[in-house]
Amino acid sequence: MGSKIAELLNKTATKIILAIVLGFIAGALALAVAGYDPGTSYSMMFTSIFSSPQNMIQVLILTMPNILTGLSVAFAFKTGLFNIGGEGQYIVGAIAAVMVGGVLNLPPVINVIVIVLVAFVAAGLYGALAGFLKAKFGIHEVITTIMLNWIALYLNNYLVSLPGIGVKNTEYSFPIKQSAWTNVLNGWKTSPHGQAYLSTHPALSTILLGTDINYGIIIAIVVAIAVSFLLYRTTFGYQIRAVGLNKDAAEAAGIRVKKSIVMTMFIAGGLSGLAGALQMTGTLPHALVTLANQPGYGFNGITVALMANSSPIGCIFTALLLSALQFGGSTIQMNLGAPSEVVNIMIGVIVFFVAVASMFTMISERIKRRRVKIAG
Amino acid sequence: MQSQQAYAVEMQSIYKYFDDFCALNAVNLKVKKGSIHALLGENGAGKTTLMNVLYGLYKADSGRILINGEQVEMKNPNVAIEHKIGMVHQHFKLVENFTVVQNIMLGKEVSKAGFVLDISRARKQVVELSKTYGLTVDPDAKIEDISVGMQQRVEILKALYRGVEILILDEPTAVLTPQEINELVNIMRNLTEGGKTIIIITHKLKEIKKSSEYCTIIRRGKYIDTVDVKNVTEQQLASMMVGREVNLVVAKTKTNPGDVVFRIDNLTVEDSRKIERVKELSLSVRKGEIVGIAGIDGNGQKELVEAITCLTKVKAGRISINGVDLQNTSPHNVIKNGITTIHEDRHKRGLVLDFPVKYNLILENYNRPRFAGHAILHEQAIHKFAQDSISRYDIRPENCASELARALSGGNQQKVIIARELSDNPELLLAFQPTRGLDVGAIEFIHSALIKHRDSGHSILLISFELDEIMNVSDRICVLYDGRIVAEFQQGEVDENGIGLLMAGGERKNGI
Ligand SMILES: Nc1ncnc2c1ncn2[C@@H]1O[C@H](COP(=O)(O)OP(=O)(O)OP(=O)(O)O)[C@@H](O)[C@H]1O
Ligand SMILES: [Mg+2]
Repeated sequence: MGSKIAELLNKTATKIILAIVLGFIAGALALAVAGYDPGTSYSMMFTSIFSSPQNMIQVLILTMPNILTGLSVAFAFKTGLFNIGGEGQYIVGAIAAVMVGGVLNLPPVINVIVIVLVAFVAAGLYGALAGFLKAKFGIHEVITTIMLNWIALYLNNYLVSLPGIGVKNTEYSFPIKQSAWTNVLNGWKTSPHGQAYLSTHPALSTILLGTDINYGIIIAIVVAIAVSFLLYRTTFGYQIRAVGLNKDAAEAAGIRVKKSIVMTMFIAGGLSGLAGALQMTGTLPHALVTLANQPGYGFNGITVALMANSSPIGCIFTALLLSALQFGGSTIQMNLGAPSEVVNIMIGVIVFFVAVASMFTMISERIKRRRVKIAG
Repeated sequence: MQSQQAYAVEMQSIYKYFDDFCALNAVNLKVKKGSIHALLGENGAGKTTLMNVLYGLYKADSGRILINGEQVEMKNPNVAIEHKIGMVHQHFKLVENFTVVQNIMLGKEVSKAGFVLDISRARKQVVELSKTYGLTVDPDAKIEDISVGMQQRVEILKALYRGVEILILDEPTAVLTPQEINELVNIMRNLTEGGKTIIIITHKLKEIKKSSEYCTIIRRGKYIDTVDVKNVTEQQLASMMVGREVNLVVAKTKTNPGDVVFRIDNLTVEDSRKIERVKELSLSVRKGEIVGIAGIDGNGQKELVEAITCLTKVKAGRISINGVDLQNTSPHNVIKNGITTIHEDRHKRGLVLDFPVKYNLILENYNRPRFAGHAILHEQAIHKFAQDSISRYDIRPENCASELARALSGGNQQKVIIARELSDNPELLLAFQPTRGLDVGAIEFIHSALIKHRDSGHSILLISFELDEIMNVSDRICVLYDGRIVAEFQQGEVDENGIGLLMAGGERKNGI
């Protein structure tokens, strides 16, 4: 049975890889049309990431929120819900983290755990609100989550403008206490002993002091595995997948469909909120900032989930791909003047071909048929 | 060469594999021009697959297809349509909010001046066609407003409108009332008189006897025989198809029912358009008793079932089991109180088609300690339970536990539902069209399962449009007409004709 599942996974994975290859081809065409050499551009994107450890770490830092918002979208998808509210849930998670993290003073590890849990619950409730409106009144979640995104953004800006919260004459709020930061070797690198050590080890120093290197990505990967477990191994996952695949049959079987919808949106919201919280604890300025625009991670999550065909484990890889492409795209723009929109084209093509992956099945059927004919 | 000319369709040594599974294994089919040819086989025998091959929906892995003596490569349905083959699928493919004429011309629109739809011309053609073959329909009615039987006529008209000469009907009668079936048989006769050839898939032996000249039998993907229908009995057809003797009527002993377990008092239910469909209906089911509700589709059966299962709100009245009121609670509560349900529409209410079979088998019980502990599914226990159900209920193919329910044939999907609903020994089984689309072997099996359930001291409320089924299985028979129970009989007090009359709204009389 295990081999069968492996075979299946394999097939989906192959399809996605094929889609990615097609995306790269489309990107190359676009670059060529725009008058840039695709070879040079791609190699620059690639080498820019691997040219320095800082850049690699930068990509990983970008990847963390993308994994979590991707999981948020993918999870909601399983119940047949389209969670466009990642942006707002991310902001609510960040707000909760800063509000709690700015005042709380617990022992280091417990401190972080409490902050993250509070943020998860706050953003979860924010997501659950959309779920509730859907379950109770049938208002479509796409509409409510988009509106909630804007409400969260203005709430954020309002809070930053408040005297007790915002720092006077800046666009920042007060920061999270340093004891709650999730940066690697957070305490040690600022201690006198650590500083002395780092001054003689420049390579390590550029990583630890020159970047926001933090544990977020590890947490995100663990969460992805946990979400996968929740979906495929638990009764709760069974229940929400049943609702997503056939609401009427689930209802007839006594599954509480409305409750499932609210619970799913709670978890989906919590996952996006977690991204916001870990971003606050892990990267500078460790504080809320006045936002002119949505932070973008929630929308990235949609792309990540679509590319991964809503597989939680898949989200880890597609988030990494997306982050690398976005990072690489900005470097070709900077260095070659090539349009970074090429990256958007590539991503669009990948999403498109994942969506029409059944096409690959058809091709494989045809090949199989030909083989049978020759054999017969 | 000459003798070949007489065949409208010849399929020679057709093979079709789904992965490793051989669905068609050297199947032959020869259909004489101008005849009605039945295709008979158990659930999952490969009938639909064979017809899908003929219609170009599936491509055979090997074998030849000849249409009117000429070899054709059926690459896709367009090729089939070019060769004047039409297919009416078991699940209709009509646009609900289009009119009959609009549906019929869809995909083959006629236009004026190149781009303006010429509906009136199409309408005229449709009216003509329906007159010629006795296919009466209202050309301007919307699909959502007409009965299933009418919808089927639209599908047939649609094929005729495309100039079809060879018509495939996949289980056309599974959804029809007895009257509609008779009308369909007449229509088929008219069509063959007009020179058309018809291939019909059906599980109802009576209909084969009534309508068809030839019958080809396939069993588990293999060709068994083609017979002249005149020369065989229903019993012979049944045993050829199953490969053993079949009891068309399941033997059962008389029961001594106990106390009333389940009762409905003065129930009134409205449909979504606020029209009363169930009107002050009362009935009761006793312990160890099968109560059958006979009636023509559309007399309130659907609303009655939805009310009992709490899928819809009740306007007035009581529904109770062992004295506990159930009306307007939740489906969960109904199940908890010992009522499980076989729903009429298996794709909508019965199955999660994209779940594996084993998950479908635990849809109501996934939370039980048997299958889950600490909120974690016990995959092994689930798999074992599924294996068990699959062999106990003869669900085919036998290694389907991890396959998606979607991949099963219609009849086997139904067996999955029945296995699930009986797995928990419900106090009351509500069975709504439990054998719809099943072959006679499977029906025999299901009927004896129902009777066994009764004999173990449980109760069954059977709602069926098949009068035969009601007559064969029930201990007590209620006739439902226009949302009311118009008559009630003990088994043996009445014959089919008497009930048939009441079902059609005949004089109300009381048998007791
Ligand atoms: N798309 C598919 N993928 C895999 N297996 C399939 C597929 N379609 C059909 N099968 C299998 O092929 C066999 C024949 O199916 P088919 O639908 O032709 O049966 P049938 O004779 O029409 O049965 P029924 O009377 O129940 O409708 C079944 O065992 C079914 O599980
Ligand atoms: Mg079939």
